Amino acid sequence: MAVVEVKHLVKEFPGGVRAVDGIDLATEEGEYLVLLGPSGCGKTTLLRTIAGLEQPTAGDVLIDGTIVTGLPPRARQIAMVFQSYALYPHKSVYANIVFPLRAVKMERTERDRKAKWAAELLGIEHLMQRKPRQLSGGERQRVALARALVRQPKVFLLDEPLSNLDAKLRASARDELKRFQEEIGTTTVYVTHDQVEAMGLGDRIVVLQAGRVRQIGPPVEVYDDPADTFVATFIGSPPMNLVPRDGVLVGFRPEHLLPAPVVSGSAVPVPLAVDRVEYLSGDRHVYGTARGIGEATRVVARLPATVDAPVTVGEEQDFAVARSRLRFFSAGSGERTGEVAL
Amino acid sequence: MRTRLADRDGALAWIFLMPSVLYILLLVALPFVLAIGFALSDVTAGDPSFDWVGLRNFERIFEDPVFWQSLGNTFIFTSISMVLIVVLGKVLANILVADFRGKWIVRFFVLLPWTTPVALSSIAWLWMLDSIFSPIDWVFRQVGLLGGVGAAIKPDTNMYWLGEPGLAMGSVIAVHVWRLTPLAAVIMVAGLVSIPRDLEEAARVDGAGYWRRMFEVTIPLVLPVAAVAALFGAIFTFTDMAVVDVLTNGGPNNATQVLTSWAFFRGIDGGDVGQGAAIALFLFPLLLAAAIAILRAVKRMEV
Amino acid sequence: MSYAMRHVLSRIGLYLLAILAALLCAAPFLWSLITAFKQNRDLYNPANNPFVFNRPATSDHVLYLFERTSFGTFAWNTLWVGVLVVLITLLLGLPAAYALARLDRPWAGWFGVAIFLVYLVPPTLLFLSLSRLIVALGLQDKTWSLVLIYPTITIPVSIWLLIGFLKGVPKDIEEQAMVDGYSRLAAFWRAVMPLAFPGIVAVVVFAFTLTASEFIYALAFVSPTPEKVISTGVPTELVRGDVFFWQSLQAATVLVAVPIAIVFNLFLDRFIAGFTQGAVKG
Repeated sequence: MAVVEVKHLVKEFPGGVRAVDGIDLATEEGEYLVLLGPSGCGKTTLLRTIAGLEQPTAGDVLIDGTIVTGLPPRARQIAMVFQSYALYPHKSVYANIVFPLRAVKMERTERDRKAKWAAELLGIEHLMQRKPRQLSGGERQRVALARALVRQPKVFLLDEPLSNLDAKLRASARDELKRFQEEIGTTTVYVTHDQVEAMGLGDRIVVLQAGRVRQIGPPVEVYDDPADTFVATFIGSPPMNLVPRDGVLVGFRPEHLLPAPVVSGSAVPVPLAVDRVEYLSGDRHVYGTARGIGEATRVVARLPATVDAPVTVGEEQDFAVARSRLRFFSAGSGERTGEVAL
Repeated sequence: MRTRLADRDGALAWIFLMPSVLYILLLVALPFVLAIGFALSDVTAGDPSFDWVGLRNFERIFEDPVFWQSLGNTFIFTSISMVLIVVLGKVLANILVADFRGKWIVRFFVLLPWTTPVALSSIAWLWMLDSIFSPIDWVFRQVGLLGGVGAAIKPDTNMYWLGEPGLAMGSVIAVHVWRLTPLAAVIMVAGLVSIPRDLEEAARVDGAGYWRRMFEVTIPLVLPVAAVAALFGAIFTFTDMAVVDVLTNGGPNNATQVLTSWAFFRGIDGGDVGQGAAIALFLFPLLLAAAIAILRAVKRMEV
Repeated sequence: MSYAMRHVLSRIGLYLLAILAALLCAAPFLWSLITAFKQNRDLYNPANNPFVFNRPATSDHVLYLFERTSFGTFAWNTLWVGVLVVLITLLLGLPAAYALARLDRPWAGWFGVAIFLVYLVPPTLLFLSLSRLIVALGLQDKTWSLVLIYPTITIPVSIWLLIGFLKGVPKDIEEQAMVDGYSRLAAFWRAVMPLAFPGIVAVVVFAFTLTASEFIYALAFVSPTPEKVISTGVPTELVRGDVFFWQSLQAATVLVAVPIAIVFNLFLDRFIAGFTQGAVKG
């Protein structure tokens, strides 16, 4: 259990590309920290720098208070799970798991004991003699985790380990992963571009874009209180609606845009010219153009199954948003601003 | 639109293959059969009439001690060369994949032994190993390994690289290795390059140092390609005639005689086509067996 | 030891090793280069340092090579034979490789292996019978005989390599072309060939190298001097009995080796890519 810290980290690649552009970050002990962002935002580079697979151009990496910036990966007491799992194809599952233990010259009985312990924890003890090519995607992931676990590292680093699994498997794998980490309690840094994964797994989420941190916070905070338009539109599916109004962007989430009769309390009316309705897993997604709250803008409303107020395509209907749910952003910088009277 | 010939896969496959197959049948298979025929006949340069003599040619070559010596030499040269070529080739391959300034020049130098016509490079070595003028001997003399009473190797002025039987064998092997290592290296670069980067990084994170990574991860994964490199090395050494012919002409006293040069000697210089064919015929099954064994092993090594 | 120190040491080690390898491989050639310009009296003196010019350098022997031997003819012969053989190899080999790589016939795998095994039949075995054929065709002592025979060496191995390259071209590309309205043949020509082109170039270079290096057939089938290729011409012309025209020989070696190596170097990356596909997956 340890704290991973990154101080003023910069990673510049030849050609002037700054993959990591001045990042300060600190995990809490035992937390599951998710690095979230689109392709090219620097999240994988950041992870690899923490691992020691890349050397930073400037700044430091600290693990448990010790500066590890100059140390090779194996001296940092970390374990890493790659997107491809990187299982040694010519070695059996058992040999894969004990490989890191042999590297530190642990003696045989001790190695066997730890390998068994790790395998049992992940439910793969029956696969020990198989080769990676004989395993399914989910099984391979567990072997990779066992290999990471067996060294009892201070930090787990995971690079999009779920992206190679098919969609159905992903949800259950996500659940297993979270329970696994809670049981082990090791600080984990996890990279993904999938915001659903991030929201489901993270104790805190670090939203990254173009090498910079946009916001750090627990899922609820990142969702409800986005720091700028990037976070607001990256998180949440469908993304937050943004309506321009006098140099300000008025934001509200689709699930808060509801037919007027349903919205209680102080609300802002949003007349909506409905042009399309989608039925998705019990929810209704209503697409239309909102007027009256700002410039005419295409928005989405998400009506849960519990709301069965009728919605007609082609008509203008009265929708509304509770005032407390409105978020305001500067149209120029995209940053969050204070409330604006409407 | 009717299905034209250009669309019919089955027909196209045959049309595409036929020319090569025909060519090979006519110019390889047929002569091969003919060669077997020669081996079973009494054809000579002086008397080209074709008479069956059964296995008499084979009996005669089996009785000839030089044949057995050639067979042995062929094996020794090929196996030692193969091992050296693969090991040195692997080291060279590692150098070739690394990134450093001047890479192009190094690659160019390293390719020279392989790309030069074998007859020419052998002649270059002929002088290097000359009994009087060898530059290697000159260097040895300068550092006191040769010449004079206190010399470390021997008091003579020269090593007689091609004159002493043991040294001659070593020289032939050395030239083979020198010539073929670049090819093996190039082949193995292919193998090195195909190892996913992830694996090497995972091994680093797992704590494996350079040597452990090399022996437990890189080499096992490169083994199939190394086997192919070994196969090519074996083929080029086994079927070689030029190096032996130019350097030693089989001497001294048949110490470096190999099957190919002996077949040439008997068949052409000696004029006994039947015997020449019989000797040469031994080459093919041996090489075939080796090739099949290696290719099978490669298939089994697939991960 | 810190990261930085270890890194520097390993770099130094790498450079040293690279220089050593380069020198070991090229030493004979570097030395040939010097020797080519040495005077006789300088060369034939065992006491002289072979690596420097103890007497002034002379271009006599190099000139001898060009003026008094048929070196030019040999080079020219090697060149046009090489080009023709490569063309024949591609003409016969490329379609065959495509058929085996793509046109999913069940016997394709076996065929590919069989073709490779043909490569194992050694020239020393075949040349006795082939010489009969050559005489029968009236090609004895003509360079054209080599054009006929050399593809037996280049075609099998080229097919094997080409199969590897062609397998590396994604199937989607051809299928897209066929859906777009091209026949299988046209799809091959227009969509696949351009993508496999770098690999084809690599095979071309490899085949040319094999052809230029070939010795046995050239020795057996072609005796008249104007018909010879470099591989046999240089040794026989410059070695009369026991007399070796060493300097000219060395000059010839360097002159032939350097261009081929340069070209090979240019296409090395492609060549390597082909072996990856062919060796590991083929």
